[in-house]
Amino acid sequence: MTTTTVRTPTPGRRRRRPSLARREARWALLFLAPWIVGFLVFQAGPMIASAWLSLTEYDVINPPEYTGLDNYRQLMSDPQVARSLGNTVYYTALHVPLVMLLSLGLALLLKRVGRLQGFFRTVFYLPVMTPAVAVGILFLLLLNTQDGLINRGLALIGVDGPSWTTDPNWVMPGIVLMSLWSLGSTVIIYLAALQNVPRDLYEAASIDGAGGWARFRHVTLPMISGALFFTLIVNTIASLQMFTEVYTMYFGNRETQNTFNSDAATFYVIHLFQEAFQFLHMGYASAMAWLLFLIILVITLVQVKLSNRFVYYEGEEQ
Amino acid sequence: MTSAVERSAVAPVSGVEPARAALRRPAAEEARRPRWQRVLFVAALAGAAVTFLLPFVWLISASLRPRAYVFAPGFLPLPFAPENYTAVWGVVPLVTWLFNSLVVGVAAAAAVTISSAWVAFGFAYFRFPGRNLLFGLVLATMMLPFAVTMIPTYLIWSELRLTDTQVPLWAGNLFGSAFYIFLLRQFLLSLPREYFEAARVDGASYPQLFWRLAFPLIRPALLVAFVFEFKASWTDLLKPLIYLRDEHLYTLPRGLKVVLDRFGYGGEQQWEVVLAGSVVATVPMIILFFLAQRHFIEGIATGGRKG
Repeated sequence: MTTTTVRTPTPGRRRRRPSLARREARWALLFLAPWIVGFLVFQAGPMIASAWLSLTEYDVINPPEYTGLDNYRQLMSDPQVARSLGNTVYYTALHVPLVMLLSLGLALLLKRVGRLQGFFRTVFYLPVMTPAVAVGILFLLLLNTQDGLINRGLALIGVDGPSWTTDPNWVMPGIVLMSLWSLGSTVIIYLAALQNVPRDLYEAASIDGAGGWARFRHVTLPMISGALFFTLIVNTIASLQMFTEVYTMYFGNRETQNTFNSDAATFYVIHLFQEAFQFLHMGYASAMAWLLFLIILVITLVQVKLSNRFVYYEGEEQ
Repeated sequence: MTSAVERSAVAPVSGVEPARAALRRPAAEEARRPRWQRVLFVAALAGAAVTFLLPFVWLISASLRPRAYVFAPGFLPLPFAPENYTAVWGVVPLVTWLFNSLVVGVAAAAAVTISSAWVAFGFAYFRFPGRNLLFGLVLATMMLPFAVTMIPTYLIWSELRLTDTQVPLWAGNLFGSAFYIFLLRQFLLSLPREYFEAARVDGASYPQLFWRLAFPLIRPALLVAFVFEFKASWTDLLKPLIYLRDEHLYTLPRGLKVVLDRFGYGGEQQWEVVLAGSVVATVPMIILFFLAQRHFIEGIATGGRKG
């Protein structure tokens, strides 16, 4: 804005009418105020509080008792934590690449079907709209060993389906299968990215004699690498925090927790939630939360590093 | 950290208009493709679509069968038992839960939309030192896992004697949310600045600029934020699990979890009730999607929003 402030040399500084820039700054602050307050009260403050709590033993009823790094030491040797972390990483390692591959395949097809695209896009997105609790319930039944739709389908092609919900080796693949049903948002991100690739790039590549694969490898992939990278990070962060569907299926009910193989389905955030709100180990759960934060941070940074190399590599090649 | 988030959030976004244009169908390219190839693509997609739809078909059909037939083979609701739907209203306070979800959802969505737009206007319109740094901080908060702030946030609401009320389910939204601030700022930046300067010259105050000018102009983006947050609130289980004890305060997902625990495995094995409840919880979201499809697709395509 053009500031045309005439500075009148009045001695009483406070009484002076604030300059335009100053008034503007005040208004800017007023507009940012909700976020600043929210940040301090619901993010920065809780982060500090959580860091402090992670160094204490706290059961909500009695005041926190400082125990130093005990919680973190305990974390390192807690088989439950190791197990839930292992499950979570296993899930992430299966879920993320599968979602990315399948979504890319579907998006590539969607890009090529012309007018039917809208219809199919809707179909792939509907599962995303389904409440996660309903998804959990639905797949608990679809994955049922004897009567589930999935094993019935497998039987049609002569495959004896596994015990998805009770066999510890098959619980996680079952959960991954469920997670793939909700890949719609990734498909839409890829589709938007694919349609942003300038067509003359393909034409130029064709003139240079590039075949279908070469065009995909040297035009499509580099051009959508931003979207691929974005979904890699977002899906990884989300998988590491998986909670609702699995909690619905296997937890929160003592009976089912015994019937099913809940151990094989314990995700990190589920275990954290139970420590915090069922056993009231708030200090320990806070330490768990910080470990999760650290893991997410490290994985994300590694992904950023790798993708930087990937982008640089593409740049070199061209 | 900041740079990672910034890049990840910005990478697939190339302004709002290009992304919208990208959703249009490339017709010319398709005409050149051989017919058999197009048929093959459609067939592959149709196969995938059937796979994605079958769970819905089974859910609806099984929810309309008598208890003994819930797991019967086939996809037809035979024998037909629509009374499952009357049964579920009778055994649990489903109307109350629907109403609660609606109230909490509207409160959460309205709060986050208005506050995020207000803050986004601050970031888009004003120029002040440290603006980009502060905006980077906004984006960085998207990386913070919910688990880290979950316990202290609970303690805050507990201190305010607001646990076992629905307030914690939406009141945190009054302070804006990073993703929506980012999204709405993008839209605001696409508006010509002269527009606002002209209004300033005519004597409009900054709040007037926001309410009378910016707010109506970014209506499509506001709807994106609103429907996303409404959906997020409607489907959230974690917060109701943490904050609500009284069954009459439950939102639908929390209620549905009770239905599963009471009438599913380990309970009375009345699966028809569980399934009817699941359909009741899902249908409003499907309707919302068909009403606001454009906004959902645009929101994901422009902001790269997950879920």
